[in-house]
Amino acid sequence: MASITLDNLGKIYAGGTRAVGGVNIDIADGEFIVLVGPSGCGKSTLLRMVAGLEAISEGQVRIGDRVVNETEPADRDIAMVFQNYALYPHMSVRQNLAYGLKNRGTPKAEIERRVGIASDILQIGPFLDRKPRALSGGQRQRVAMGRAIVREPAAFLFDEPLSNLDAKLRVAMRLEIKELQKRLRTTSLYVTHDQLEAMTLADRLVVLNGGKVEQIGTPLEVYRRPASAFVAGFIGSPAMNLIDSRAVAHLPGITDAGLVGIRPEDLSVSPDGPIQMQVLAVEELGAQRLVHGQTGGERLTITLPSDGPIAHDLRLSYQPQALHLFDRETGKRLDRAA
Amino acid sequence: MKRTLFRNQLLPWLLLAPQLIITFVFFLWPAAQAVRQSFLREDAFGTRTSFVGFDNFKALWSSAEYMNSLQVTAVFAISVTVLSMGLSLLLAIAVDRMIKSARVYSTLLVWPYAVAPAVAGILWWFIFNPTIGIMPYVLSQLGYNWNHISDKGDAMTLVVIASAWKQISYNFLFFLAGLQAIPASLREAAAIDGAGPVRRFFDITFPLLSPTTFFLLVVNIVYAMFDTFGVIDATTEGGPAQATNILVYKVYFDGFVGQNLGSSAAQSVVLMMLVLVLTVIQFRYVEKKVEY
Repeated sequence: MASITLDNLGKIYAGGTRAVGGVNIDIADGEFIVLVGPSGCGKSTLLRMVAGLEAISEGQVRIGDRVVNETEPADRDIAMVFQNYALYPHMSVRQNLAYGLKNRGTPKAEIERRVGIASDILQIGPFLDRKPRALSGGQRQRVAMGRAIVREPAAFLFDEPLSNLDAKLRVAMRLEIKELQKRLRTTSLYVTHDQLEAMTLADRLVVLNGGKVEQIGTPLEVYRRPASAFVAGFIGSPAMNLIDSRAVAHLPGITDAGLVGIRPEDLSVSPDGPIQMQVLAVEELGAQRLVHGQTGGERLTITLPSDGPIAHDLRLSYQPQALHLFDRETGKRLDRAA
Repeated sequence: MKRTLFRNQLLPWLLLAPQLIITFVFFLWPAAQAVRQSFLREDAFGTRTSFVGFDNFKALWSSAEYMNSLQVTAVFAISVTVLSMGLSLLLAIAVDRMIKSARVYSTLLVWPYAVAPAVAGILWWFIFNPTIGIMPYVLSQLGYNWNHISDKGDAMTLVVIASAWKQISYNFLFFLAGLQAIPASLREAAAIDGAGPVRRFFDITFPLLSPTTFFLLVVNIVYAMFDTFGVIDATTEGGPAQATNILVYKVYFDGFVGQNLGSSAAQSVVLMMLVLVLTVIQFRYVEKKVEY
């Protein structure tokens, strides 16, 4: 086990396109870090640079106290779980698990012992002699994890490992990964575009946008105090309402900041509220409903309990401290003087 | 499945007729003729034809020349297959690793396929011509005296190179497609699993390429045995001293030059059996067995 440090890490492709720049992340030993961002934000590139599958253009990657910029993937003491699992289709599950150990000249008895432990942990014992094609998606996912576990590496790298599973299985496997990591206490770096997955798995999450780090923090920190308008809109579902302050300048607590953000759950219906919203559409979620509407030409979404009829026009109120203010130019969070 | 019912009983047959006629006239009828012919013997002037049963076949098995041709064919087919598949796999791996201009290279590599076998033969015949060719000149600088007109080994080398060269394009395309169908993540996973480039090739890439390889193996053997007539005819004409007289060429030579129609027909029938066997192998194994 080891810590991982990304020091001013950057990637510039041959054509001169910058994919990632100036990324600094300190990952403590045993920590579960999730890199999250929209597609094309550079999160996979970042992970692949740590894995050694992508050359590093700038900065340093350290695993433990070792700079691994020039180290072969095999010698970085990491294991990776791929999005498509990348199981060797012509090998049995057992051979898949053993391959990395065999290549390193691990003694047979030791390989058997470790494969045994991993298959117990992941409950894939009954499938050890099957080929990957005879397994279901969830079982393949487990084998891919098993292949990482048997190596007993310093760190696990996950590249969107759940995105090929159906929604129900994804939730189940998410929990399994979390429990497994807590149990093994192996430093983990996990890439996903799904903010819910990021929130639930991470000890700390790193929100990326356009190849740059927008914010690093625990899920609740990021949720409660998004560092930029981008993070505010990306983390949390339904997404935070972001409105130009000029459209709502008359409302309490609003300065001429630029962008005003408020989470849908922080708005409530009250007959004498300061906001008047014209309802455009309602989405029923069962326990709650999402009400979409507009006020002063700006779109607004609120979450309401799913009982009772909905009026065509609603008056809404909010607590001024629930507002998030962002700079118009930079999108950075502005802390209110008060 | 949806079935279309024709009210008119004649129409379906009319629609099928062109294909059926072509198949019959150009495939079935000549094949039947060959089978019939193989049981007959004509005298030297073509005036008398007699039924001889399996005598033509028996004569083949006791003919040293035919046994030689079988052996030559085996050596030729294996050499062509190994050489062209080996080179095309190397080229395909090289192109697969390329990031830029892979398309340009692929296009260029496919060009030889457009060259007719006879033309390919002539091309290599010029390159290797003992009098005016560039290769004999280069080889003589290295101290080797090349002469495919008198040397059996040289002659075989020439026809193998000419035939293999033509087939490289075809193999290359299949190998490249096969390689590109292997997800990059598999090789990356193997790299993380501590396998070096050579090991990755033999442990991951090559096994996953096996359906393509097996398919090409059959196709190349068929090509070398049956489609290389033009190459042989344009370069060595089976010589020197029968050294490059492969089965197909011998059929032609004995039948049309030697006018020994009975024997030629019997040889054709043997070849038909060979094709049949290869086709069965193709269907039995390529379609089913080779999966992983």
